[in-house]
Amino acid sequence: MNNKDLLNLINITVSFEGFLALNNLNLNLKKGELRAVIGPNGAGKTTFLDVITGKVKPTKGEVIFKGKSLVGRKEHKIARLGVGRKFQSPRIFENLTVKENLEISVTTPKSPLNLINKSIKDEQLNEIDHLMKIVNLAQKVDSKAGSLSHGQKQWLEIAMLVGQKPDLMLVDEPVAGLTDEETDLTADLLKSLSGENTVVVIDHDMEFIRRLDSNVSVLNQGTVLCEGTMETIQKDKKVIDVYLGRPED
Amino acid sequence: MSLSKIKFDKKIVLSFWIILIALIIAAPTLLPVFRLNLLGRYLSLSIVALGVDLIWGYTGLLSLGQGIFFALGGYCAAMYLQITSSSEFPNNIPEFFALYGVEKLPFFWEPFRSPVFTFFAIWIIPALVAGLIGFLVFRNRIKGVYFSILTQASLLVFFNFFNGQQKLINGTNGLKTDVTQLFGQMVGSESMQRIFFWITAILVIAAWFFAKWVVKGRFGNILIGIRDDEPRVRFTGYNPVIFKTIIFSIAGGLAGISGALYTVQSGIVSPQFMTVPFSIEMVIWVAVGGRGTLLGAILGAVFINYAKSLVSEALPASWMFIQGGLFILVVTALPEGVLGWIQGDGPRNLLQRFGLKRKIETYPSLEVNNKEGNNE
Repeated sequence: MNNKDLLNLINITVSFEGFLALNNLNLNLKKGELRAVIGPNGAGKTTFLDVITGKVKPTKGEVIFKGKSLVGRKEHKIARLGVGRKFQSPRIFENLTVKENLEISVTTPKSPLNLINKSIKDEQLNEIDHLMKIVNLAQKVDSKAGSLSHGQKQWLEIAMLVGQKPDLMLVDEPVAGLTDEETDLTADLLKSLSGENTVVVIDHDMEFIRRLDSNVSVLNQGTVLCEGTMETIQKDKKVIDVYLGRPED
Repeated sequence: MSLSKIKFDKKIVLSFWIILIALIIAAPTLLPVFRLNLLGRYLSLSIVALGVDLIWGYTGLLSLGQGIFFALGGYCAAMYLQITSSSEFPNNIPEFFALYGVEKLPFFWEPFRSPVFTFFAIWIIPALVAGLIGFLVFRNRIKGVYFSILTQASLLVFFNFFNGQQKLINGTNGLKTDVTQLFGQMVGSESMQRIFFWITAILVIAAWFFAKWVVKGRFGNILIGIRDDEPRVRFTGYNPVIFKTIIFSIAGGLAGISGALYTVQSGIVSPQFMTVPFSIEMVIWVAVGGRGTLLGAILGAVFINYAKSLVSEALPASWMFIQGGLFILVVTALPEGVLGWIQGDGPRNLLQRFGLKRKIETYPSLEVNNKEGNNE
């Protein structure tokens, strides 16, 4: 652990009635880093995000974010500290319009009194306009989010994530169900977000991960198997065994 | 929407209001006292329905215990009326106490000597009780069907308590208000009932505007967000517990006002206000009128109750069957309720079926999305 680290996961173990979803997992993230996390099904990728965002309390271990422990904090408190999350399948509010979805994400402070009393600030409206341009949804401002295409929903959720201005963005399978072109655009978008933000991307899609051109952590059976650039992990024997598949003899 | 359409809509809205206000003013002269009184009662019920729409239609909290708050408001009003009209009874306390040998007024009756206190108690006490119950339930993340069961259980607790307390609040007999005095007039008198009707009509409109104000804008959007995907709201940095407690408390306050108005117009408040079927009926009014439409809740409450009294007069035993049938019809054929159906694609689809309107070209509903993790 050092001062440049934004997030440290220390010896995290999560046990679901004896089944170890995470087993002594250690992971450190530097500020501004873009990190890809891959692993076979059941490796604990989503549980790993659940632990950071407070949905699951670790049985053992410590999560340090910006020098503060996150263990035992409520989800909304962790979100306010600066951890944003994009879910696997797009989780947007389908009965609200695109603009209303973004309003929910950019609004601060997030207290009932502020919401009912005051109208939205001009700078937040500008922020919404800006976000809608980035993700090409400016034409759809007043459409119900439920009427968007799958790709547009994914992008709306990414825009909502950015609008929250988190220090740490956790992105779970952002390109699932996207076309090749959309996948490329998403990769570029995530790359452009890193640097200022710290981004963790979880995915299966190897082409997409390669395109991110970032450090990769490989999870297997709830623990970090290997870390390094795409080239290093592709040559790692353990990784080949569990994930990439053994070349046929 | 074209410009002429907007102007047309404005004209409709304006004429709607003119007709409505004219009807409210004229109702006491047009309707016989008996019908006027019934209409006043049903209008007061529409206020509790507005509360149900806020918590169920917008926030997704199906409460089967709104009768608690409805009855609390009624009891607050009735206690004030009884105590101000008790000067000729023994010990200067309401008449029923003598039946049970009570000579001293129970302590919690004392503040109800004040009309100002009563005015606030009618809505603040139910709102506080709702807020407290709500906070405890929501903090423990009890939702869905467990929330419904819990509210119904609370309703039964309150019902049994009020039913058993003869010495405190006349138990199962309840508190009569029609023979009490208010401002020197008999509450049950024709002139008072006419005033109550107008007060009720004004309060229904006020409650409607209040509810519209609550659900418009970002606060209302968070409520809808909680209904559709609560964990997502949490991960965006909002605390759903506070929002749910506030809206449940508001619905409780509305129920209290509704109960008080209903009590003075029906002449009695009793634990019958806290029976299980009555609280379920409140939900049915909203379901039939249209969830999440506000106006649907008002119309549902008034029309179903009016239908109930008309049917009950003609065929006394059949109402329960009709109400049950209506509920099944709405759940299966019109899940959005009558008003939701009209505002949505309902009329267009009906016209299409008869070949009177062209089909729409695209099918947005084809976008099937499997929202995993939403049912945790």
